[in-house]
Amino acid sequence: MSTALLHTGSQERKALISKKKLLPYWLLAPGIVWLIIFFLVPIYQLISTSTQTQGNGIGTYVQTYRFANFIDAITSSKGQLFRSFEYAFLATTFALIISYPLAYAVAFKSGRWKNTLLVLVVAPFFCSFLLRTVAWEQILGEQGLVIKTLRVLHIIGAQGHLTATPFAVVAGLTYNFLPFMTLPLYASLERIDIRMMEASGDLYANAIATFRKVTLPLSLPGVVAGTLLTFIPAAGDYINAELLGNPGTKMIGNVIEARYLEIVDYPGAAALSLILMVSILILVMAYVKRSGTEELV
Amino acid sequence: MNQLTRWFSRNLVRIYACVGFAYLFLPIIYTFAFSFNNSTKSNLVWVGFTWNNWRNPCGAPDICNALGNSLKIGVLATFLATILGTLMAFAMGRYAFKGRPIINILIFLPMATPEIVMGASLLTMFISFGFNPGFWTIVIAHVMFCISFVVVTVKARIASLDPRLEQAAMDLYANERETFRRVTLPLVAPGIAAAALLAFSLSFDDFVITNFNSGDVNTFPKFVYISAQRGLPPQANVIGSSMFLIALIIVLLGQFVGRRRAGVR
Repeated sequence: MSTALLHTGSQERKALISKKKLLPYWLLAPGIVWLIIFFLVPIYQLISTSTQTQGNGIGTYVQTYRFANFIDAITSSKGQLFRSFEYAFLATTFALIISYPLAYAVAFKSGRWKNTLLVLVVAPFFCSFLLRTVAWEQILGEQGLVIKTLRVLHIIGAQGHLTATPFAVVAGLTYNFLPFMTLPLYASLERIDIRMMEASGDLYANAIATFRKVTLPLSLPGVVAGTLLTFIPAAGDYINAELLGNPGTKMIGNVIEARYLEIVDYPGAAALSLILMVSILILVMAYVKRSGTEELV
Repeated sequence: MNQLTRWFSRNLVRIYACVGFAYLFLPIIYTFAFSFNNSTKSNLVWVGFTWNNWRNPCGAPDICNALGNSLKIGVLATFLATILGTLMAFAMGRYAFKGRPIINILIFLPMATPEIVMGASLLTMFISFGFNPGFWTIVIAHVMFCISFVVVTVKARIASLDPRLEQAAMDLYANERETFRRVTLPLVAPGIAAAALLAFSLSFDDFVITNFNSGDVNTFPKFVYISAQRGLPPQANVIGSSMFLIALIIVLLGQFVGRRRAGVR
């Protein structure tokens, strides 16, 4: 009798433990199912579409496993593909140059205004992304003050433009993704123990040496996170190129968008999307690996 | 002169930061200023000051329909993404389980995928399953890309909790459910609120994924994009400025409340 009771007790406990073991899966299930159905399955659909060819009639495609779609896609838009990475690289670099001192100032030089300034860094993000881009288009545009001033000062000739140039596209990309750079930078700078920097000063390092040997290495995780968060959306963006650029500044996003929504060439667009996604993933992995080893040195 | 250069070099970072902030806010100030412009056709040149646009923000055709859709989609998507993401964050932050690395990758991937790829792939799926894009496909898409951001935000908050607070509750004979309800959840709540705010602003601001999966449903960013080609009505500036101010007030209030609470403790 008593052994039977003990037995049920342990069984109940076992049931309880297995219930607890299952709990995280129950918590994860709804979100994971959502991501599988609406993220992974679409990516699979994208992969399967990328090797299809035109069937009977426009917009209908049949699976023929035509991998040459990828070669066609690359040969027809390699200019835009390289340009996307070039612009994204430039924008990320500029964003890093602008954001680092900004994040540094907020983290170390703002005193009791720290939280307010942090809100101000994110605040432009609250105004619609498209409105900000349109605002830049108008500020730099033909009717704007900037171009008129530059013309009066003869920095730009009467025929010169600011909008519809690669400069404007890169400037727009830099601006739009700046908070993605500043926030991770701030987060990693803020975590640095200020005594480390003081110790470096006590050991006769000057400000530059302290920055180079202490602050910068300690903030590297933020630099890595920030550059990734800026580079990825910048490489796939097409709004800036559309609103601030000209036909010669089209990026890969513009090509994908046009092929999907205007030309209705789904396989070509799918192939290009995959090429973009895979090349970004490769770049990201290489970068993370490299910066990871650098951190160790 | 020497003093001046010394002051300059000492405050270099601060000066730089001021220039940085000016750069950040220039388009916002421009948008705000031109919301008062008494323009008739395109809002490109300053004509004169007026309150009319603020008095009648729905004055431009279709703008409030688009805004209404954006708000509805934003609320629905935020609600769903915050629930799904918070549940996941608790699983990730509190439990050891098999398959964790795979789940981690699945959460990370949507954040590392360019929006256009997600938008295009979702559209491909909807088309091949014979789904007509519209209001609900936008909601579905927004929940999808917001979940990961919610998980990351809430997980960070859970990780930063002091485990001793929960241990103390258990020591005071609270059972697990009570501990969760009266200690853990209130402590995680600010993280959940921040995640919801983030999800809403991501959803409200999204253009690329929405443009692929919206059919003929108009949203505010879509409205701006389409009318930008013909000249944006000043009412768009009014709505943009209001959203900016509302979000700013919410965040500042949140900070104020947080600080007061911390002060009381």
